[in-house]
Amino acid sequence: MNKPKVAAYRAPGAPQVTFAMESLMDELGSALEIDPIDLRLVNAAKKGTQLPYGPRFKEVGMVETLEAARAHPHWTAPLGPNQGRGLAVGFWFNNGMNSSADVHLTEDGTAVVVTGNPDIGGSRTSMAIMCAEELGIDVEKVRPVVADTETAGYTDLTGGSRVTFATGWAVIEASRAVVRELRARAAKIWECDVEQVDFADGRCHPAEGSGLDHQPLTVAEIARQMSRTGGPVNGQAQLMARGAGPAFATHLCDVEVDPETGKVDVVRYTAIQDAGRAIHPSYVEGQMQGGAAQGIGWALNEEYVFDDQGRLENPGFLDYRMPVASDLPMIDAVIVEVPNPSHPYGVRGVGETPIVPPLAAVANAVHQATGVRMVSLPISPPRLLANLMEKASA
Amino acid sequence: MTTVAIPSSLRAHCQHHEFVEVEAGSVRAVLGAMEARFPGFRAALGDSFAVAIDGEVFQDALYEPVAADSEVHFLPALAGGR
Repeated sequence: MNKPKVAAYRAPGAPQVTFAMESLMDELGSALEIDPIDLRLVNAAKKGTQLPYGPRFKEVGMVETLEAARAHPHWTAPLGPNQGRGLAVGFWFNNGMNSSADVHLTEDGTAVVVTGNPDIGGSRTSMAIMCAEELGIDVEKVRPVVADTETAGYTDLTGGSRVTFATGWAVIEASRAVVRELRARAAKIWECDVEQVDFADGRCHPAEGSGLDHQPLTVAEIARQMSRTGGPVNGQAQLMARGAGPAFATHLCDVEVDPETGKVDVVRYTAIQDAGRAIHPSYVEGQMQGGAAQGIGWALNEEYVFDDQGRLENPGFLDYRMPVASDLPMIDAVIVEVPNPSHPYGVRGVGETPIVPPLAAVANAVHQATGVRMVSLPISPPRLLANLMEKASA
Repeated sequence: MTTVAIPSSLRAHCQHHEFVEVEAGSVRAVLGAMEARFPGFRAALGDSFAVAIDGEVFQDALYEPVAADSEVHFLPALAGGR
């Protein structure tokens, strides 16, 4: 039978494994009569916990996401008829890899950031934010450019939840190279040694104890004089980013099940995730919401249907059902920040983790609503209805 | 001495040790020491593997330094890897 090829997809392999593990945790909690959050807190991975494949965690935020879940009003909100609530925790290790960045200062004091990762989640704005933070200028004065691979320095793929972490780190280093040059230019203007010049809040200042008495020079003021102080001011950086911070997420899901049709509606959903440090919080929330929606699709609908001759019966998006905005409630995103100690700003990757918990969170909610434990996905109406009928006739 | 954790899939090549200690200053030297002690280890590990040094996972770690008190884990590819 010719079936579509398979390839890596957001957090490859993790949602499936977590569906099994977190369904079992739910069963275990029920058997032991332990609160689901308490059970996970007792067993939570934390700093020093050894992974099954050997290495040990540095700082991670599993406990913090569970505590945030417990504190969230969703956890204690009343449920209606035919409704159930599920909780699941997910994890993704994240990646670093190679990245390059260039930062060019222009004569009006604005900056151009050139990187080589396509922007699939708002990353170019995060690049601008990090450059602006380093240069001490408004983010509106930074223009981020996603260049093609002939133009940007060598940069690995856009994947592995690595772009804001690794390419962002390269932007930080390239911006710091610009700052070093700005200090050198200020030293030239003031006819002093560069060690006598500090940089803070977007200005070169006489260093404390330098004996200099000059008014601070802004980035724009130095940029205006760059032709007469040595020419263009650019910064460049390339790095193999080590220390990608693993990310945990805890998701809460409420479903309502139609007992006559087996249709499941997600009526409330909360995604809580450790982002390390959210550079652009609303884009981080967007990743969390997108991952949750995608995972809900896997849990409830996404499926290839083949006939007995091996022909795909749902080859288009009219029949290959994925959740759209009208299918889902507003997904509440709660960012938890446990800084990654390996990154200058504490960043962890955020893109993949949010697709990991939803499969189990939905299945656990369906179990609470119906008493039926679904051990395969999707929990589509005909499948769930068959299980409901089997349970009723047992 | 650097501690090397042997993945379960390779222990048959290492006299069923779970951990061994070697003297080495880099991942490449660790691999050399392991091959010298357990001939065939390098071939059994293959070309596609990651290395965790003191808890941090590296994809291309051949030249990474390891300290005398480091703990090194070799993580063979589960499948594919190319």
